[in-house]
Amino acid sequence: MLKKFTALFTFCLVFADTILAQMPAVEMADELRASGKIYVVVLIMVIIFIGVVIYLINLDRKISKMEKNQK
Amino acid sequence: MKRHWWKALGVFLIIISIVFGLLGEVQALPILNETIRVLYYHVPMWFSMVALMLGSLIFSILHLRQGSPKSDLIANEAAKTGFLLATLGLITGSIWARFTWGAFWVNDPKLNGTAVTMLIYLAYFVLRNSVEDPQKKGRLAGVYNIFAFVMMIVFIGILPRMTDSLHPGNGGNPGFNKYDLDSNMRPVFYSAVVGWILMGVWITNLRVRVKNLIANA
Repeated sequence: MLKKFTALFTFCLVFADTILAQMPAVEMADELRASGKIYVVVLIMVIIFIGVVIYLINLDRKISKMEKNQK
Repeated sequence: MKRHWWKALGVFLIIISIVFGLLGEVQALPILNETIRVLYYHVPMWFSMVALMLGSLIFSILHLRQGSPKSDLIANEAAKTGFLLATLGLITGSIWARFTWGAFWVNDPKLNGTAVTMLIYLAYFVLRNSVEDPQKKGRLAGVYNIFAFVMMIVFIGILPRMTDSLHPGNGGNPGFNKYDLDSNMRPVFYSAVVGWILMGVWITNLRVRVKNLIANA
């Protein structure tokens, strides 16, 4: 009984291994990262976001000033 | 500066999510490919929308209990910011769907549920604008807002989970294991969620203060 089980288990392992080996490699942007240029994208996105944040900070300050004037 | 620390924290967390969202390791999954990174930007829109709608609900209930016009104002502005985030979530989700499912819109319980939710909140704004008397407006809007929040939970939280859905996290038991969110992605995702919630609170705060200025002028 135990022998049968071990045999089945080994068979499953080998089978799963062959299936996994047959799966095509998933395409990822490895080259983009390797060439280093992805950092440009990161920089640009961060700059745009910081630009929006600076805009919000200015707005916040202006509103604070107006609140002080109103009081 | 002391009063503003949470704004800085929100900005910092979003910058973390932009940098590590693009540079960090992600799983290589078929069909999704690199678009798995959209998870860092699309899903937080919905998380923060629900958070803001919850805030709106709380202030609506406060208004109904105490009748202060300020809580009604906050409830309204929080719902508006939440609606903005939902719109961004809908647009980004639609683009993501185009490149993974093949169409900008599919007849899916999750997608239709979000559309219905947004219409329910549009009706909230219409209802507010259709009542002149501020007291009446506040009470009606407050009661409707409770209904709107419950409907949102039903339409985007419960119904999609009762059936099968293309959208991840639905059909059967939800939970994050279904998102294939591995340990690498989790911190980036959660910092984006917290960051965008704080950002939404900040925008709401600005809107409320502007409305107060106008009211007192």
